[in-house]
Amino acid sequence: MELNVNGRTHTVDADPETPLLYVLRNDLGLNGPKFGCGLSQCGACEVLMNGREVRSCVTPVSAAVGAEVVTLEGLGTEDNPHPLQQAFIDEQAAQCGYCINGMIITAKAFLDRNPNADEAAIRQALSRNLCRCATHLRILRAVNRYARGLQA
Amino acid sequence: MSANEKARLSAATTPSATPTARRGISRRTFLKATGVLVVGFSLADPTKLVAVPGARAQTMPASRLDAWLAIAENGTVTVYSGKVDLGTGVETALAQIAAEELDVPFAAVTVVQGDSALTPDQGSTVGSFTVAVGGAQLRRAAAEARQALLGLAADRLGAPAEQLTVRDGVVSVAGDPARSVSYGSLVGGRRLDIEMTGDAPLKSPPDYRIVGQAVPRVDIPAKVTGRFEYVQNVRVPGMLHGRIVRPAPQSGATLVSVDEDSVRDVPGVRVVVRDNLVGVVAEREENAIKAARQLKVTWSAPAPLPRMEDIFAVVRNMPSDDRVLGEEGDVAAALSAAARTLQATYEYPFQSHAMMGPSCAVADVRDGRAMIWSGTQYPHDAPRGLQRLLAQALDLPTENVHVIYAEGSGCYGRYTTDDAALDAALLSQTIGRPVRVQWMRGDEHGWDHYNTPMLFDLRAGLDASGNVVAWEHQVWSANHAGQSLLGSQTGGEWAISTRPVLIGDDTPKFYEFPNRRYVLHAQETRPLRYGNNRSLGALPSSFAAESFLDELAAAAGQDPVQYRLRYLSEPRAIAALRAAVERAGWEPRPSPKRNLPASGVLTGRGVALGEYGQPQTGTTWIGMVADVEVDSASGQVRVPRIVVAHDCGLIVNPDGVRNQIEGNVLQSLSRALFEEVTWDSNGVTSVDWRTYPILTFADVPDVDIVLINRPELRSSGAGESATIPTAAAIANAIHDATGVRVRRVPFTAERVKAVLAQRG
Repeated sequence: MELNVNGRTHTVDADPETPLLYVLRNDLGLNGPKFGCGLSQCGACEVLMNGREVRSCVTPVSAAVGAEVVTLEGLGTEDNPHPLQQAFIDEQAAQCGYCINGMIITAKAFLDRNPNADEAAIRQALSRNLCRCATHLRILRAVNRYARGLQA
Repeated sequence: MSANEKARLSAATTPSATPTARRGISRRTFLKATGVLVVGFSLADPTKLVAVPGARAQTMPASRLDAWLAIAENGTVTVYSGKVDLGTGVETALAQIAAEELDVPFAAVTVVQGDSALTPDQGSTVGSFTVAVGGAQLRRAAAEARQALLGLAADRLGAPAEQLTVRDGVVSVAGDPARSVSYGSLVGGRRLDIEMTGDAPLKSPPDYRIVGQAVPRVDIPAKVTGRFEYVQNVRVPGMLHGRIVRPAPQSGATLVSVDEDSVRDVPGVRVVVRDNLVGVVAEREENAIKAARQLKVTWSAPAPLPRMEDIFAVVRNMPSDDRVLGEEGDVAAALSAAARTLQATYEYPFQSHAMMGPSCAVADVRDGRAMIWSGTQYPHDAPRGLQRLLAQALDLPTENVHVIYAEGSGCYGRYTTDDAALDAALLSQTIGRPVRVQWMRGDEHGWDHYNTPMLFDLRAGLDASGNVVAWEHQVWSANHAGQSLLGSQTGGEWAISTRPVLIGDDTPKFYEFPNRRYVLHAQETRPLRYGNNRSLGALPSSFAAESFLDELAAAAGQDPVQYRLRYLSEPRAIAALRAAVERAGWEPRPSPKRNLPASGVLTGRGVALGEYGQPQTGTTWIGMVADVEVDSASGQVRVPRIVVAHDCGLIVNPDGVRNQIEGNVLQSLSRALFEEVTWDSNGVTSVDWRTYPILTFADVPDVDIVLINRPELRSSGAGESATIPTAAAIANAIHDATGVRVRRVPFTAERVKAVLAQRG
């Protein structure tokens, strides 16, 4: 199977039913998406597929063939973070950080579609992503900061 | 595929660098190098180390594995910390402390955390001790280094040490800055061993330039760009993926038989059975998961668990070792003389740590040696340390077991992330290859060690004016020490720490009633595995005591804040309470509100005061005011705003403390409103996020924080404190809004609705 991930094409040898998450992490070494539940309940595993967030723990790798997949690593780097990632740094919006992948991926997909979203809409968009350190307020501040930048 | 892409893929599939290599240094080489100043403690007399309790010496003769910090000839500083960052940001705080005391730039400091062979054993990372205790130790080590370097500089510059100043790692003569020398050149190409004397002077807090600043956390850029090396990302050459197959969660079943043929069709899978432990390993992770789901295992039929609804009756009737935790005056006489007496019972259930990322570890156990990467809270050779636990489980000499900390998901006292290390190590030893084990969601929720349920009977007497003349607080609790799964995997009971850690210690005793008694009924067991959870017993104890005091204030027709102040004398407690109510705009009046509406959304406010601390740390005080909205039709409780005033002594990093307060408040709100482990006779049934719901973005209130900084006091810890008063503040607010009292956590819509139905 050929996968397009973060702008590059990779050939992967795996059962087509394999959840995309394990291919990204173990075959491509992309550790941004995390295993949280394997049940599509928490959002830690999210990646962008054709600009939409998908839960890679329940998405078969075969479904990603022909699609553009972007992971957290594909948005930016420590030296050159995406403005949304920079907003998380500016707001110090993490504790353990295990959920942050899903927060950034969900916010990116949502704000790309809804650049004028207000805080209530952002809350609603993030409502299926869980955070156990309870960094919610900082995450909201970070996403709002980025959204204000889009709206400026 | 292009050559570049192949190279990239190859790089990606090459085992990830270990956390050691990630730091860009080889620690062992560094410590053996010349051109370095190393501060260790005296092997002859390790107790001279510091005046701070909790320090232990490693028994590593003839080496410098006891180093606290090292300064290289290029001026960089490496801190060796036995305390680990569990996602709370203490790596940054420790670096601030070292940089401050040494007078070097913050960026010059790197912290190496939790390595059984390289970092001093500073005790487990528990109890909010890292800054409070570990930070104090580090401050002294840095002061020793600074003093030694000033001595060298005095010789080099020909000026007495007292005339020297240090800025950014450069020593200069006061008033003659041209005469200067850097730390790095003072170290030069030599090896300098500095032993702790305990005599080095500490900087005065008013001179602090780095401590007290909101220095951005060093880990966050990597975390938000997907580059942070979690334990879940550690991969080593030849590694297999493992999963454990367990019986119904916490059922106590033991292994009868395994049908290996049931996974024959899964590629590359091998079944591993070792005593009561059943595992599968495979080259590919998804195949290990598939095999674990598919493997047919027959387990014994264990004794059924008690009915969930009976849990507090079970607790009350279990054998207990009863002891008086504190007593003043004559409670019995005061009760019988009181104008009126009140009593109430409060119940706190099993709750899960519910880590986002399930426990994970990588183990390489071959040729009589073991190397383990784990998100453990305690990597060392100590009674509850992972190095010793693994040596015991693997039957290896302790010195052949090397535990390396790598950060996992936030754990909140989920001490037994060590369970996954045990799993990986046992599988690796059995098959002779490195194995990575990550628990599945059901394992993490189902096989967590929960907090012990706690039961409280409160009783008080009031005089004719409503003053408290007698107070009796009784608590039924089990130990807060985590239990390893080691025992059950080898066929026995869960290994239970016999040390009665902290049980009863967090009973609030700060209200100075004239006659008072605190009684602990210490118990040895619970139907489910139990142990440390955030704040230990302080949250349940505060829920009981602060609720009951509110009941007394209501019975006396008094404002709950004024009523509390009558019995407080500790100035910091009073200040924290006053700061919270002032910020909240509290209007003095009795609770509940007068003329409560019979229906609709009812609003109210509640107050609570919390204390967290132990002899090693000093005390943190937390004042809290919560607002609630109670839907009288559904019983649903919404919390729009929480105000918290927080005094943890000297604040090292105010934004770090705020981050901890926000997290503690919201996590404890989640525990207060939603969380309870459920089970039936066969086992635990709350095994995922649907069956164990937690707070979501829809439930998040505004959190308004008042930071009280006390630079003249030691830092007393902020990792758990703001968890403590939340349940009581909300219960008191529900009472204020509705006139009814919820005495059992969580305050689910169903439970609140049932209590509301008792209204007239």
